[in-house]
Order: sequence, then structure tokens, then C-alpha cells
Amino acid sequence: MHDLAAQASNFIDLTTTTAVYLFIVGFIGGLVSGFIGSGGAFVLTPAMMSLGVPGLVAVASNMCHKFPKALIGAIKRYRYGQVDIKLGLIMGVSSEAGVLYGASLQEKIKHSFGDAGSNLYVSVAFVLALGVVGSIILKDVLKSLKNQTTNEEEKVTALARWVQSVHIPGTMVYFKSLNARISVLFTLPLGFATGILAATIAVGGFIGVPSMMYVMGAPGLMASATELVIAFVMGVGGSFKYALHGLVDIRLSMLILGGSLFGIQLGAIGTTYVKPFMIKVVMATIMMIVLFSRLLMIPVYLSQLKVISPLSEGLAKGLKSSSFAIMILALLIGAFIILKAIIKGLITEHQLNIKLAVKHQHASGGQ
Amino acid sequence: MAEGIGKFKKKHYVKAAVLGVLSLVLYTVLFTKQHILNETFAKGGYYALLPIATAFLFSFVHGGFTGHFWDIIGISAKKEKR
Repeated sequence: MHDLAAQASNFIDLTTTTAVYLFIVGFIGGLVSGFIGSGGAFVLTPAMMSLGVPGLVAVASNMCHKFPKALIGAIKRYRYGQVDIKLGLIMGVSSEAGVLYGASLQEKIKHSFGDAGSNLYVSVAFVLALGVVGSIILKDVLKSLKNQTTNEEEKVTALARWVQSVHIPGTMVYFKSLNARISVLFTLPLGFATGILAATIAVGGFIGVPSMMYVMGAPGLMASATELVIAFVMGVGGSFKYALHGLVDIRLSMLILGGSLFGIQLGAIGTTYVKPFMIKVVMATIMMIVLFSRLLMIPVYLSQLKVISPLSEGLAKGLKSSSFAIMILALLIGAFIILKAIIKGLITEHQLNIKLAVKHQHASGGQ
Repeated sequence: MAEGIGKFKKKHYVKAAVLGVLSLVLYTVLFTKQHILNETFAKGGYYALLPIATAFLFSFVHGGFTGHFWDIIGISAKKEKR
């Protein structure tokens, strides 16, 4: 508790450069989140820590910007008919339980193995979750490219068809995104796992979105939009928990929010111009690059725990900087793909509008 | 038709201007009073409601502004329904 109090009273001094930096990182993070439902926040905690913000304050302030951002994104995408509120709320409640469990697990690991043990746990979780789930999405993307089915409607997987066929009396709920009834006994563990991942690596959506797509059978656009509802529910509870200990630096949260609200609106608009396939492309790209970034950090933590022989100071520093740079690169590449898709979509629509106007003019001239 | 579009744009401009000014006021207060706010918010306990309420307030005001901002500069969702 004293440790918490010490961190809470240790809020950094803000300069204009710091503020602009956080605003820009927030914008890019928001853009990615608006498009794929999550994935923009993982870089913010290390970004704040690189400015000297204590770890817990960085996590708390990140979370306090996430829920209002997710709320605005969810409202925007609801207007496009992409959100399944019921699925989002049901998954959100179980993911909240996952967040609480994940956070207590994290604390236990930190208590038993110290900072290095806790960091190693986070990196291994990153590598395992991103490795397994990222590979599934990447395989799906490559398959669509190979079969040239990127323009076709998404097919419900065999697993999702099975999940939808299981009838457990008293637990069945109809979800509009699935256009089917499934047992909440399937949604609960998936939501719980989403929460644990959110508490561990700050991005629950890397489990939430793929599980809605591949395990339940939701289309990519609806899964990514519904993830925003889950992120909102998880974020409110998580932020309140941190705020109870006075750990939220509201200036940092609102600065990031300032940029991310521009980004999330743009990312949400972008989803109306792309094929659902693009959601998977962006998600797989970010996940695989981040996976590589976290892999680089594993030897550093293993050497700190004395599992392997100590690394030289220069090598450890180099690995840390490279890992952070690759993480930012992942976000930038994701943002680039999204912006390119939006610009392409806007140009195509503009050209279509001109063609229609010319056609209309010809038709009225001929009368 | 053109009159309708003009009215639509005007509505966006007015809303964006109002929300933009409000957003600016909120951020100005946040940074000019940052020491008092941080001290109060860091107290924890019942004061935990303050950062949550602040986040909701900023999200509606600034979020509303950013939505109109993209509309005004011509970046809006594809018209046809998916």
C-alpha cells in the first residue's frame, strides 16, 4: 500500500513535447483500435514508462483512457450496424472477472519472483497468445489470398458451427452477430480469457476478437466492433480499481484520449470502406510483429532471473530499445495499412459519385 | 437539394464549434489546475469517482467534436449500408 501511495504521488511534470508525443501515440493507437476493436493500447504503457511514469501509474492511466475511447468507438460503430451489444455486455462481464483474476495473478508473481519474474510472465503471455492466435489469423489470411477469396463473404468455421449446434438447456442466448443461439457456457470462458490477457498485456482483444470470429462464428467487422463494448466494460471496472488507490494521472489519460478520440473515429469510418478481410490482415500483421518484439525481451528477463548467464549491459539495453522500437513499428504499420485502405476507399467512392452524377446529367439531358 | 446539403453542413459546423470550444475549455482547466486536480484525484477512496466522471465528460465533449471534425473535412462513412 505504501508502494502504491509512493507511485501515486510521483506524477511526472509535463512538457509541451511530452504532451504532443502522447497525443500522437494516442491518435495512432485510437486509429488501430477503431479499426480492429483493440490493439492500440499495448504500446501506451511502455510509451509512458519511457517518459519516467511509474509502471502502475502508466497502466492505470492507460486504462482510464481506454474505456471512454472504446465507448465513443462503440457508439460510432453501432450507428453502422456493426455492434452486438448483448454479446459485448455478456462477454464484458466475464472479462471483468478475468481482469481481476489476471491482476491478482500478476501481483502474486511479482511478489514471488520480483519485477523480472513479472516482466518475464508478461512477455511469455505475449509470445504464447500472439503466437497461437496470430498464427491462426495469419493462416486464414494466407488461405484467403491463395484461394483468391478475399472479396467473398466470411465462412463460419467448423468449430463455430459445432459451438452453435450444442444445446445446453437454460444457457442458450440468441446473438444477432451470429444469427444463432449459443450457450453462454462458451462465451464465459472466452470472456474470462480476454480479461486475463487484458490485465496481462493490456490488449484483451487479441483473444476476444478471434474467439468471436473463429469459435462463435461472428463476422470480422461485427467481432471487432463488439470488442469495443467489451473493452468499455473491462475498462470502467479496471480504471475504478486503480483510481481507488489514486493511481490514475488524469492529465496523461486525457492527453492520450485527446489524440485517440480523433483516431478511433477515423478507424471506425475506415471499417465502412474495407472488406472484412482487412480486419484480419491488420490484426495478424500487428500480432506477428509484436510477438517478435516481445521475443527479444525474453533473454533479458531470463538473465535477470539468473536462469541464463548474465547479458552485457550494452546487449540488454540494445534488446530493450529494439523491442520498444519494433512495438512502435507494429503500430505504425497497422496505422499505415488502415490509412491506405481509407484513402483508397474514399477515392473509389469519389470516382463513383462523379460517374453517377455524369450518368444522372446525361439521363436528365436526354429527357 | 443543395440547400439541404448546406443546412446539413451548417449544423455540423455549429455543433463542431460549440463542442470544440467546450473541449478547449476542459483541456485548459485540466492543465491550469493540474496540481489541484492531481492532488485531489490521487486521494483514492470515494475520490476514485472523479477520474471516471472526468473521462466520461471528456469523451462526450471531445468525442462529439472529433466526430464532427472528420465530417467537416469530408471524411465520413461510406453511404451505402453494409
